[in-house]
Amino acid sequence: MRWFNALIMLLFVALMLYATVDLPDHADPQSPANTHVSPTYIENSVKDTHTPNIVTAVLADYRGYDTLGETMVIFTAGLACVLILMKRKER
Amino acid sequence: MIWQIDFWLLVILIVTALIALSLHDLLAAVAALAVYSFLVALLFGQMGAIDVAFVEATLGAGISGVLFIVALFFTRRRSED
Amino acid sequence: MIKQHYQSIIVQTICSLLIPFIQLFALYVIIHGHYGPGGGFQGGVLLAVSIILQRLYLGTGIAHQKFPPKLALALGAIGMLIFCLAGIVPMAFGGAFLDYGNLPLFWIHGAELRAAGILIVEIGIGLAVFGALVLIFDSLAGERW
Repeated sequence: MRWFNALIMLLFVALMLYATVDLPDHADPQSPANTHVSPTYIENSVKDTHTPNIVTAVLADYRGYDTLGETMVIFTAGLACVLILMKRKER
Repeated sequence: MIWQIDFWLLVILIVTALIALSLHDLLAAVAALAVYSFLVALLFGQMGAIDVAFVEATLGAGISGVLFIVALFFTRRRSED
Repeated sequence: MIKQHYQSIIVQTICSLLIPFIQLFALYVIIHGHYGPGGGFQGGVLLAVSIILQRLYLGTGIAHQKFPPKLALALGAIGMLIFCLAGIVPMAFGGAFLDYGNLPLFWIHGAELRAAGILIVEIGIGLAVFGALVLIFDSLAGERW
């Protein structure tokens, strides 16, 4: 059983390595993400939002809807913890 | 991007992950996991993603360790397997 | 879980000295998110860390009087409400959902108004994350309320 698990893990590693062959190099200026999307944000974010940190501009303004969902997930997790785990005080 | 720093960070990352998996004392495993998170934060910072590194250092190495230890407080400290 | 003080004068002194600085740094991270690394998530987590540190060294009896869990619930809900209102209010003034350019702050315009909208949203995110993390810690620690 142990060797079977190790074999499955090796196959998984081989699959992931095969999948990474087609990815562009790290910080490649000719990759599709760096030729279409990034220059738009870099050129327009200060003009649009007066925010020098582009990450904040993208997170809170351009992709604000994503951040709304993310915050809602975290707050819902807190509410679920309270509803399931918190005990009432005996009176 | 300096490949020596990248390489050695990745090597120590894999070693800490294996240590966290193989330890039987779960409190020590939580500490190894915090080290793992901090190394991931260093990797992100070395790639230039400072915001993500900040989130990883606070959430991964700070809060999640505390929550794991609180959960361990109510269960057993030794793992079975 | 932890009923009374941590019995060490060094730990008590260092923690009570450390907490205001952690909170100040958290506020700096939230407010300064426009110009440096940081933002709502990181600042909210740091605020939650300060409260959790207080819970750990003071014991829950006193720490719950200083900061009750219901206050964390209320603050998290207020943060979520701020975020949702920042999305809905521009719709009433002729914009789209989460379009900060139409917030009803009439003394600033254009890009400045969008920066103000980002600041409002960051404060909302910070409060929501802060409330959620403190609530998760309190419920995991098995407190009654």
